[in-house]
Order: sequence, then C-alpha cells, then structure tokens
Amino acid sequence: MIWIDTLAQGLLLGGLYALFAAGLSLVFGIMRLVNLAHGDLIILGAYLILTIAHATGLHPFVAVLLAAPLMFGLGWALQTFLLNRVLGNDILPPLLVTFGLSVVIQNGLLSAFTADSQKLTAGAIEAQSMDLGIVTLGVMPVLTFASAVAVVFALNQLFYRTALGRAFRATSDDAVTAQLMGIHPQRVFAMATGIAMVVATIAALYLGTRANFDPSIGPARLLYAFEAVIIGGLGSLWGTLAGGVVIGLAQAIGASVNPEWQILSGHLAFVLVLLIRPRGLFPRAND
Amino acid sequence: MPILSLQDVSKSFGALKVTDGVSFDLEAGQALGIIGPNGAGKSTLFNLITGNIAPSAGRVFLDGRDVTRAPPMERVRAGVGRSFQIPQPFGNLSVYENLLVAARFGGAVSGAEAPGFCMDILTRTGLAAVAEKPSGALSLLQRKRLELARAMATRPRVILLDEIAGGLTDAECSQLVITIKAIHAEGTAIIWIEHVLHALTSVVERLMVLNFGRMLMIGAPDEVMASAEVREIYLGIEA
Repeated sequence: MIWIDTLAQGLLLGGLYALFAAGLSLVFGIMRLVNLAHGDLIILGAYLILTIAHATGLHPFVAVLLAAPLMFGLGWALQTFLLNRVLGNDILPPLLVTFGLSVVIQNGLLSAFTADSQKLTAGAIEAQSMDLGIVTLGVMPVLTFASAVAVVFALNQLFYRTALGRAFRATSDDAVTAQLMGIHPQRVFAMATGIAMVVATIAALYLGTRANFDPSIGPARLLYAFEAVIIGGLGSLWGTLAGGVVIGLAQAIGASVNPEWQILSGHLAFVLVLLIRPRGLFPRAND
Repeated sequence: MPILSLQDVSKSFGALKVTDGVSFDLEAGQALGIIGPNGAGKSTLFNLITGNIAPSAGRVFLDGRDVTRAPPMERVRAGVGRSFQIPQPFGNLSVYENLLVAARFGGAVSGAEAPGFCMDILTRTGLAAVAEKPSGALSLLQRKRLELARAMATRPRVILLDEIAGGLTDAECSQLVITIKAIHAEGTAIIWIEHVLHALTSVVERLMVLNFGRMLMIGAPDEVMASAEVREIYLGIEA
C-alpha cells in the first residue's frame, strides 16, 4: 500500500516539474533557444504573485491572474528587445545572454526581497486531502498535476488548432521560408516567449504554495526542467509532461528508500533514460 | 506604372559580383521568362526581389513604392509570391496547413474565408486528395505543385517561379504549364526562371537572358532565341 502512495505522490510531483519544463520546451521547440534564465524567471513570477498578494490582499490563486499578463509582457519585451538580437546560427550568444540574465534576476531579487525564504499562503486548501480508499492525495498536488495536464493540453490546442500555432510550427520548420509566407519570425518568437512566461507564472504559483522559495533556487528548477524536456524528447509537449512524471516518480521512489536519495534518484533516472533512449521518449520526427 | 521595377540592381559577395546592374520593368499581368547558364545569378535575382538579400546597389520598386530595404514579409503582403527551385514545404505541417499559413499571414485572408480559399487552390493545383498528408511525405511533382499552391495562397500580383518544371516528366510538366497558364490568364504577373524552354516559351511574352549576373538581352522569346550570342552562351551552339 505504501508503494501505491509513493507512486501517486511521485506522479503528482511530476506535474510540478512538467510545469517548470513546459515553457522551456515551448521556447526550445519554436526557436531552438535554450533559456538558462528560465528557472529564475519562475522564481521572479513567484515574487510577483507574492507582491501582488501582499499589496492587494488577494488570494495567490487570484493574484496569479494579475501576474500572468505582466509576465507575458515581460517575456514579450525580453524576446523583442534582447533575445531576438542574439538569435542566429551560433548557439553561444543566446546561452551567454540568458546566463547573464539569470545572474541579473537573482541579484535583482536579492536586492529587492533579501535572501529570506518566502512562501505563498493558499490557506486551508494546503492541508486538504482526498481519501480515495487505497490512497490519500493532497488537494494541492492534485491541482498541480491537473494544471500541468491542462497547460500541456492547451498548448497543444494552440499549436495544432490555431493560426498562431501554425505560424509557430512553420517558423520552427524554416524561419526563412516562413517570412516568404508573410510571417514575422521575431514577432512569433516574442509571442512564444510571452506564452512561456504565462506558463512559468502558473509553475510559480504551485512552487510558491508547495514550499519556501528564495532568490537563489532558480537554477535547480532549471535543471529539473531541462531533465524533463530532454527525457520527453526535445520540443514534444506531452513528452515534457511524461519527462516531469519520470523525474517525480524517481524522486518519490528514491525518497521512500532513503530521504537523502530523493534528488539524486531524479538525476539518475535522467541519465538512465538518456542511456536507453538518447533522443528522449517522444522525439519529433524532423529533429 | 509597372507592378515591379528593378533599377540598376547589383549584388556582390566579397569580390564576386553575382548581379550586375540589372534593370527591367514588369507590367501588371505580364509574364517574363529568365534563362541563363547555371551560376548566372538567376535565383539571386529572385532573392533580391523577395527581400531575402539586400542589393549592394540599385533600387527595387513595387507599384512605384521603393521597397529596397523592406523585409520579405512586407513584400509578400505587397503582392510578391515565390516558389523555390528545391521545394521547401513546412514538413511538420500538412499540405492544407501549409496553404493556411500562406493565406492567413501572406494573403491576409480572414480566418472564416481561409478554408474555402485554400481548398479551392488545392483543387486547382491537383492537391485536394493529399490535403491532409504531411507535406514531407509528398512526391516531387506534388511538392512542386505545393510550392506553386502555397505561393498562390499568398494572393500574389506577381509570382516568381524558380525552375518549377525541373525534374518533372514531359506529362507532369504539361500539367503544370496548364495550371500556370490559368494563373496567368487571371491577370497574375509571372517571372519564371526555367531551363525547360518549351514550357517557358509557351507561357511568357518576354524572355531575359542572364550571364555572369548581367542582363544580356531582353525581348520577345523568338527574337532572343534567334540571337547568335544567346545561342552560343546558353545553348553552346556556335554562330
């Protein structure tokens, strides 16, 4: 019975990792940009929700509705005024610039909020659970996983059912030819980063309500996100969800054996998947 | 006023001059053929017209408006459609989706009108049966047809065709020519780079010969093909 509980907790934790990773996967899939500041942008999102909640007295679940458009604007501006300038055939400039951005965000948050740990308080819901007979699940972890599934589903609908999604896929295929179809690749990239930041804000909500956060924890979230994206297969959104679940399950199983093994088990699962399937679980045919 | 006008357009890559002082006007609804040996700068000329590369000197006008520095997406919306010598469909999109992208973004067709508009073009270009297929899975003829269909979906007033008949059988080529003639008959101007001369001369009213980036001659196809210099350079027939 305890194993079922462990597997359920791992599955639900995977939802959080998938939320960390979905924005990264989206941006990589469309413009082959590896955003090393993604983890820090999630933490920035968490501080933004915290600030809005403190200033207005709103519940974090409501504050996130105000934070999301602001983060969309930030992502759009970041892509338009900074990242579009360094995108090109050479992959090094975007890596260096986003690494620099990561340092700037961490230090900016440190100056503004100090190194003290913070937490988003969601109230009674944090302690609520659902008894399913064979297993008892926390409401928040279930909500986190459901949100991850909803986000991946929504992004897939956007990709395959809308004009913007077709522009995303066309630009991802061949940005030069896309221009000859009237598509402005740099605007498409700005929309994609904006949407990725909305997803990062949703991830920030569940990160901040689940555990304490401080300005320095972004890079570790980036690592989990990376692992989830790579396990899933680069650019595949459902694969990213599966990747998050693999890490979540590995961590939960590792922790049940020995609490000190939790983080290590996730990384070992990542290495194992790479050894068996180097292109990930669901690689895209054209990559 | 000409729909497209090039004035003394040149392009150099380092010391190599690939386009050298090319000037011509294209009136609305006209069809112009371009021939020349490999490496004569024909595709470069198309890149200069679509805005994929900027000229080193000279100017490009669309409807009298100077677009020399305008990016490709602006020129598409101004009415320049293009097909590639080597078909470049969006492989992750279906045939129908390839057209939808071109129609919505290049042709500014509304979301409500786009499906009917695209299906009509797919029917005219003989691709309706493979509309839902991934474009990466098409045969060469189908990919060539998709190049043409996608360029048509941007609602061009001048369409640039880059060796679209190359690699096709005679029967396939004849089918394609019928479609191109139909597009031309509707009033769309055409500039067509082609080595398959009988196909080209059955459509165009004027022929231009490029050699080492320079415009050697422009005129009626019969006149151009009768020129001793053209026969020597292009066809290797000594006068």
